[in-house]
Amino acid sequence: MTPTFAIGLSLLLPALGAFAIAAADSRPNLRETITVLVALALAATVATLLPGVMAGERPELYLGELLPGISIAFKVEPLGMLYACLASGLWIVNSIYSIGYMRGNSEKHQTRFYVCFAIALAAVMGIAFAENLVTLFLFYEILTLSTYPLVAHKGDSNTIASARVYLGILLATSVGLLLPAIIWTYSVADTVSFVPGGILTGSLTGPGVGLLLALFVFGIGKAAVMPVHRWLPAAMVAPTPVSALLHAVAVVKAGVFTVTKVILYIFGTGLLAQEPSSNWLIFASAFTILAASIVALRQQNLKRMLAYSTIGQLSYVIMAAAVLTPLAKIGASIHMVAHAFGKITLFFAAGAIYTASKKTELNQLRGIGTQMPWTMAAFTIGALSMIGVPPTGGFVSKWFILAGAFQSDNYVAIFTIIVSTALNAAYFLPIIFAAWFAKPDPQLKSHGEAPTAIVVALSITALATLGLFFFNQPVLDLERALMDQ
Amino acid sequence: MELLGLFNYWVFAVLLMVGFYAVIAKTNMVKKLLGLSIFQGAVFLLYITMDKVDGGTAPIIQPGVVDAIYSNPLPQVLILTAIVVGISTTALGLALIVRIYEAYGTIEEDETQRLDIE
Amino acid sequence: MSIASQLPALQIVVPLLVAPLTVLLRGSGLAWAAATAASAMAFAIAVALTLTALDGATISYDMGGWPAPYGIELRLDAFSALLLLLTTGASTLSLLGARDSIAELMGESREPLFYAAWLVALAGLCGIAITGDAFNVFVFMEISSLATYVLIAAGPDRRALTAAFKYLIMGTVGATFYLIGVGLVYMMTGTLNFADMEARLAEVDEVRPIVVAAGFITIGLALKAAIFPLHVWLPNAYSSAPNLVTVFIAACSTKVALYVLLRFDFFVFHGNLVGHAFQFSSFLAPLAVLGILVGSAVAVVESNVKRLLAYSSVAQLGYILLGASFGDVAGMTAAITLMFNHGLAKGALFLAIAALAMHTRGHTLADLSGAARQMPWTAAALVIAGASLIGIPGTAGFISKWLLLQAALQQGPLGVVAAVAVVVGSLAALAYVWRIIEPLYFGTAEGSTAGGSTAAYTATPRLLLLALWLAAGANVYFGLIPAVPVSLSELAAAELLGHLR
Repeated sequence: MTPTFAIGLSLLLPALGAFAIAAADSRPNLRETITVLVALALAATVATLLPGVMAGERPELYLGELLPGISIAFKVEPLGMLYACLASGLWIVNSIYSIGYMRGNSEKHQTRFYVCFAIALAAVMGIAFAENLVTLFLFYEILTLSTYPLVAHKGDSNTIASARVYLGILLATSVGLLLPAIIWTYSVADTVSFVPGGILTGSLTGPGVGLLLALFVFGIGKAAVMPVHRWLPAAMVAPTPVSALLHAVAVVKAGVFTVTKVILYIFGTGLLAQEPSSNWLIFASAFTILAASIVALRQQNLKRMLAYSTIGQLSYVIMAAAVLTPLAKIGASIHMVAHAFGKITLFFAAGAIYTASKKTELNQLRGIGTQMPWTMAAFTIGALSMIGVPPTGGFVSKWFILAGAFQSDNYVAIFTIIVSTALNAAYFLPIIFAAWFAKPDPQLKSHGEAPTAIVVALSITALATLGLFFFNQPVLDLERALMDQ
Repeated sequence: MELLGLFNYWVFAVLLMVGFYAVIAKTNMVKKLLGLSIFQGAVFLLYITMDKVDGGTAPIIQPGVVDAIYSNPLPQVLILTAIVVGISTTALGLALIVRIYEAYGTIEEDETQRLDIE
Repeated sequence: MSIASQLPALQIVVPLLVAPLTVLLRGSGLAWAAATAASAMAFAIAVALTLTALDGATISYDMGGWPAPYGIELRLDAFSALLLLLTTGASTLSLLGARDSIAELMGESREPLFYAAWLVALAGLCGIAITGDAFNVFVFMEISSLATYVLIAAGPDRRALTAAFKYLIMGTVGATFYLIGVGLVYMMTGTLNFADMEARLAEVDEVRPIVVAAGFITIGLALKAAIFPLHVWLPNAYSSAPNLVTVFIAACSTKVALYVLLRFDFFVFHGNLVGHAFQFSSFLAPLAVLGILVGSAVAVVESNVKRLLAYSSVAQLGYILLGASFGDVAGMTAAITLMFNHGLAKGALFLAIAALAMHTRGHTLADLSGAARQMPWTAAALVIAGASLIGIPGTAGFISKWLLLQAALQQGPLGVVAAVAVVVGSLAALAYVWRIIEPLYFGTAEGSTAGGSTAAYTATPRLLLLALWLAAGANVYFGLIPAVPVSLSELAAAELLGHLR
């Protein structure tokens, strides 16, 4: 399989999968087999690209010219490779989990659910491999639109109101801020391609840099930098597999991935380091980290708490990218991976608890560890990774980000990381403690562990979270490829 | 003297404004349409005025007449077309007014609006 | 003489000749079939003409063998080709879907007359787009307008009559203003041919009558094109006309008036009047921005779907005018592409509304509640067309919005203001399109059953669905492969602003 073909295939597979799933509407077993097979095939296809990219190749796929100088084209670089591997790999686990969850809760419109999921994954692949801003923007919007039916899945008035917030914020920021930012970029740089080292050096200076950066950062609403974060808690009305894969991995990572790509390949670290007007990004992300952690402390609903935790963790990635030192950049990309594994585990656990016991609030979780040992063990690992305790992946990434911050003596970043670690511990540890050691309410019925498919899925991701601590060499190799170019 | 020489244009301007005023100010649809006809008529006059050549005669070539000065025939032709258009417009407008009267029982614009709101 | 060389004339003659024939056709569907066939043939001719115009070639055809500037010249360039494509395309698609709903509305006896009027309107619009003669434009404009008044008056309730009358008054005033302007120019130049006029104006010393003429022509055509604040006839006319007539006129009739406006102001006056460019942009750009803001704001709160889309048209016309008022090739290209792409999006949207209206009682947002369940295909097409109106990438609307914003950002500080207005308009579009889509998918069907009709959902006519999906498909096609409209627009902009070189 040539790399170019593999790029095309990784876009086409989920899209064709969506049709196949739709065609298998009336046969649930066939439908779900197709989902898992497509997920496996996609991960395999993406994996074939990996060795070449590690070796320094940059395979391309050119689809055609949209306007003079602007084409629909794809090019695989290390950051996109990492994101694609992450999303496609976790889709397999998530598909298994979805089957358990959707059947366990007898959800309606299951075919629509799987179809939209597959389309969303196709969009994710497009975002990961996009060669330029316009291609990325195209798939970014497809991702927003295809996830809307997933968020509004339940269809009652409360869900629809939340889904309206979700779609409204994401579309409005992208049309209102991101699109002007892209056009501004194009009009000063005459290109929108992602080029290592940036395309704006020499064509934009002064306060304009800071302003354009602001348009990008807030225009990419999926990165959930405050104040455009409100869509993420709103999206928690979706079924848990959606929250797990999309709102802990695919969609939010699309946001921080795009921001990182814009910082590295559009502005270039050199330009941002020169321009004091871009310094605000450190403060904005630091504020988001702290504010989100404090809000998370006050949440009573498990999924909403996790959502605010996600907002904070996303800004870690952005802050790390904005620190601009090489170690911090490595930290940014490892944190994308570490947070993905950790947070998907936490959401899987939340969904498992809901499926088994219909519990959604934090104060209902007392003593649940004895009933659902597997689930809560995984939850504990995920939470420890969020805090950054060894031996979890979260420790590795925080280590690199801190080291990067020290490299440039960035005390704002250092302070933020230390304080937020304390805050993360403050909202996760009581839950873990209560789950394992508090006495359960004696009147409650015992409900036992969640369905097998769910337990399998969350065990895999919990193991991956631990594994990232011990076997992080492949990720680091990919990062080295990023630094070398 | 020059002002008198522009007599036709004065008439054009006055007629135009009389017609325009009626179109804007009258609520009765027939009066509106009358205003519109006056408005168009003024423009016909503008065209007819401009084709006049000093000492010119009707632009018909006759045997034996050489070096005659003719008026410009083109605006006359144009305005014949415009008159046809004007008549069609008036006819259609009147037809609409008949239908409006059948539907509303009035041809006052403000009253039809009031009836629609109810 | 081959038939190919007669195509420019056939473009007008085919619909004009078939119109009286349709009147004679009795029996169900015959008149419809004849009109659709004629319109399709006109579309085929337009495609053939466009293929030649794509090379940048200009076709000149002397009507009746009289050479220009003495005779009437038909002149086809990239700009007129784009307009012909849009006009004949919109007419064909809406006729394709019109059969059942018009039969229901008109009754068998009046049906042939209706289709005859439609073809006359089409002939007039094609005539405006293709003629190279200023007075001929007036004649065709009145031909198409008179027929359009008739079409609008055919609307289902009595409001259609008052709307048509209002449009008749406003339209005639606009056309007469235009006539005054043409008369004044003729007085000073002695010619009615656009190209000739442009050349001769350079030799005119006394420019005051020309300035007055430019004023009359601009205002008159602005009235016809429903440019804010002269748009008051438009929402009434769009909302009370029969649904498929709305498709037709919303897609192309105001665009055609704008076409003449741009041709006169840029092709004829721009290079010959000192300061005209400045006057044009300083006068019209603020109006365009106001139009965008006011039109969008009204659309956001309007509850009747057709009026909502009509006000959205007012805003979209503002975009087009804004692009034109930049006065450079980039802005003009954006404006012309917008004319085409907005026609596509709005045509598709009104087609979707027409399909929905065959099943729902009224046109308010509440009436649409839950209709997506019965009509998933129609609703999906509406979503695509709505995305195009907002400017989501992958649709035609994105291309034009991109071009417009890019042109705006080249204009310096004032351009940024314009860009902000465009962005605000897009956000408003997001809001009002969403106001249609959300009840469509998530509303409970209470709204429609309360009206007394117990959800008698019959299948949407196949042809209407076909037309709708062709239109929605065109929105996606021209969003991904926009070469044809964009290169035609570039050629047209270069032609209009040729004197800048």
